[in-house]
Amino acid sequence: MATKSNTKYTLQRRKVVHRILEGRGDAAVVTGIGNAVHDVASANDDPKNMYLAGIMGGAAMVAFGVALAQPKRRILVITGDGELLAGIGSLATIGVEQPKNLSIIVIDNQAYGATGNQHTHTGRGVDLVGIAAASGFKKTALITTNAELQAELPRIHNKPGPYLAVVKVMSKSSARIDAPKDGTYVSRRFRAAVTGESA
Amino acid sequence: MARKKKTDWSKDVFKVLKKADVQQIAYVPDAGHTSLIKMAIADNVIKPVSLTSEQEGVAVLSGAWLGGEAGALLMQSSGVGNVINMLGMANECRFPLLMLVTMRGEWGEFNPWQVPMGQATEGVLEASGVIVHRVDEPSEIAETVEAAAKLAFEGGRMVAVLIGQRVVGFKDWTK
Amino acid sequence: MAARRKITLDRRKVVANILKDRGDLLLVTGLGAPTWDAASVEDNPNNFYLWGGMGGAVLTGLGLALAQPQRRVLVLTGDGEMLMGVGGLATVAVQKPSNLAIGILDNQRYGETGMQETHTEHGVDLAAMASGAGFQTTSTVYNAAELKTAIPMLYNTPGPVFVDVKVTAEDQPMILPPRDGPTLKHRFRENLLGSI
Repeated sequence: MATKSNTKYTLQRRKVVHRILEGRGDAAVVTGIGNAVHDVASANDDPKNMYLAGIMGGAAMVAFGVALAQPKRRILVITGDGELLAGIGSLATIGVEQPKNLSIIVIDNQAYGATGNQHTHTGRGVDLVGIAAASGFKKTALITTNAELQAELPRIHNKPGPYLAVVKVMSKSSARIDAPKDGTYVSRRFRAAVTGESA
Repeated sequence: MARKKKTDWSKDVFKVLKKADVQQIAYVPDAGHTSLIKMAIADNVIKPVSLTSEQEGVAVLSGAWLGGEAGALLMQSSGVGNVINMLGMANECRFPLLMLVTMRGEWGEFNPWQVPMGQATEGVLEASGVIVHRVDEPSEIAETVEAAAKLAFEGGRMVAVLIGQRVVGFKDWTK
Repeated sequence: MAARRKITLDRRKVVANILKDRGDLLLVTGLGAPTWDAASVEDNPNNFYLWGGMGGAVLTGLGLALAQPQRRVLVLTGDGEMLMGVGGLATVAVQKPSNLAIGILDNQRYGETGMQETHTEHGVDLAAMASGAGFQTTSTVYNAAELKTAIPMLYNTPGPVFVDVKVTAEDQPMILPPRDGPTLKHRFRENLLGSI
């Protein structure tokens, strides 16, 4: 039963993330733990990237805090299905608060990729798009093809949120591209980049 | 009774938070924080964020600081148990984190289920790298929060103010 | 999101109704008012009351349901307690325990701490979240007629079943069951297993 259920998906996670980040403009990006860090870092080590290499379940709320503090800037979350599931109540909190400038992109390989590809709940009937909609997200999408991804880009980058998309991808991970690991360095660099103040 | 002092110290603490330029107040409610939460909601600058679980709050305030704002996290001592793993981020990134924790499971506690977490609160916070200020005298709460805010925001540290159950008052189980 | 409808149901009456013909139902209650509600009906040895462990009621019910597949297990808890452990819905849905039902007494408030509004007051739809998590049977109940339909679901429909009962946000007299954890545990196990 290992990974049978996701063999039907053809999108490659790294290409998806790169496609999304091509149009980021001045958006700030918060990544969840695991492959999302490598996916984002491999596009460009932008100072407006906050890589979370820990705190499973915290990415959406970190980004929400940034979104409140930086209401004029788009904030993107790039994270995995397992990471979001670990903090799933945060969708309800975001649904209540309705930050217009927050988009959450879930790269859903239906597995805990960093720990041996064990199935997550999304491979067994849990519908993150449905949970986001139930939580009050204005716009949600399930993306399984390049055409669907292309069609969603305006919502990801520009249209009022909160927005959540689940992108179903193959379970195969791409090569590790390490981001800077030191949290103090990454966070100060990020803060200086988004606030214009010196670290 | 101690209960009646609740509003008084809350007002002073709120002034301190305003003075520290706190702009986001994240919370899971506790009876001891009732007045403070009301003031946060009524304030037209502060963004109140109601959470499903306290761990969300550590992440929100990390993001707030990344975005250039200061925040405070309000919770009951039982919520401290929910935040431990998330504190790793604030610790590793040396994010300022100000937590105001109203205590249960100690002075005059009626519910035995509150006692284990209440008794462990100070120890697990310290084990996680949080600097703990404890206060049991209503007149000292505001200045303690002021000192904690300074240590958090200027000293760049995780600081928790534990507000004793003796100050918050017994939970009234007879209503 | 659920359309806003008038909330009229009294939580005590709802719980009394649900537990009226409980048979050998095993009941787990979430901390706060659901525990007082259950105690107001009767202090039954098949009740396990949580006096703490916020966010854990549904998962406690799941473990019990997996251990006792021949018995119906009902979790009655509040909206705030459910929200604190809402990821548990996904865990339950993946396990698909056919003998587990969850009833939320949803007053859209944190009743024990000063009646602050919870997320359900602001459009978060717990039944839809359960459905998104993979529950096949979910319902939101606003009135007595809907409750009458929902109660047999709690007892008989193959689980997991999720019913969100909207109740009015009034303080009720506190009716406190035993609160000593070891006593509750031993009583529950002795009654269920014949020994502790």
